[in-house]
Amino acid sequence: MSVKLTTRQVGDVTVVDAVGRITLGEGASTFRDKIRELASSGHKKMLLNLAEVSYIDSSGIGEMVSGFTTVTNQGGQVKLLNLTKRVKDLLQITKLYTVFDVFDDEAAAVRSFS
Amino acid sequence: MVKPVAFHMSNREAAAAPNVELLLDSTLESVDTAEEAVLHQAQELGFDEDDLHRIGMSVRESMVNAVVHGNRYNARKKVHVSVTRSAERLEIVIGDEGEGFDMSSLPDPLANENLLRHSGRGLLLIQAFMDEFQMRPREPKGAEVRMVKYVPKS
Repeated sequence: MSVKLTTRQVGDVTVVDAVGRITLGEGASTFRDKIRELASSGHKKMLLNLAEVSYIDSSGIGEMVSGFTTVTNQGGQVKLLNLTKRVKDLLQITKLYTVFDVFDDEAAAVRSFS
Repeated sequence: MVKPVAFHMSNREAAAAPNVELLLDSTLESVDTAEEAVLHQAQELGFDEDDLHRIGMSVRESMVNAVVHGNRYNARKKVHVSVTRSAERLEIVIGDEGEGFDMSSLPDPLANENLLRHSGRGLLLIQAFMDEFQMRPREPKGAEVRMVKYVPKS
């Protein structure tokens, strides 16, 4: 199974609920396309809920970083919610914990968007 | 060219025949095939779920490098996988038939100026997840990754 992405609005924040694997191939490209689609349609506050993401590889991490850069360059923000321990470990190994704002509580994450 | 990396093998290790040898096509399906074959061996050695995840991910990253960057999906080029296990260790060697490369030429993925690069983190993850990691030229052509995970003492 690759990744299934659904979006919902909480105030002016777009929450993307991801389920599955974000890996080279279909998973990573689905993820990239969704972020670009949201960014180009004016969604500037994105919260990626990765609670149900069982696996991310270096390609998936690359797409997360590219999405972050794309949205930030357009004046928006991308934040992360509910990381599994394995995904947290990946962000620590790659030092991306210093780049992304990460939350374990959705309400707090939504409030954090300026 | 791949920069040679010194290999330190005992006679016993050098003499050990692989438990599994695979010759795989340069496709993304081969990534799954190699992961499955390695994890089967790793499970029999008794690695826990977290270690199986780390081993599986290291195999996937190495296979992607071999298929995508080494062989560039070339149907005439193969990926060579061997798995050798003992009670103490699981050794995996993955080689491609590409042009090879010098690891020292890769940008440091942990440097601040590189943190937002799209790619270049695969080898970093493998080195974090495995106990030994080496890259060397593959004869007659290509690059070869050798990685080892130690079996935890129970």
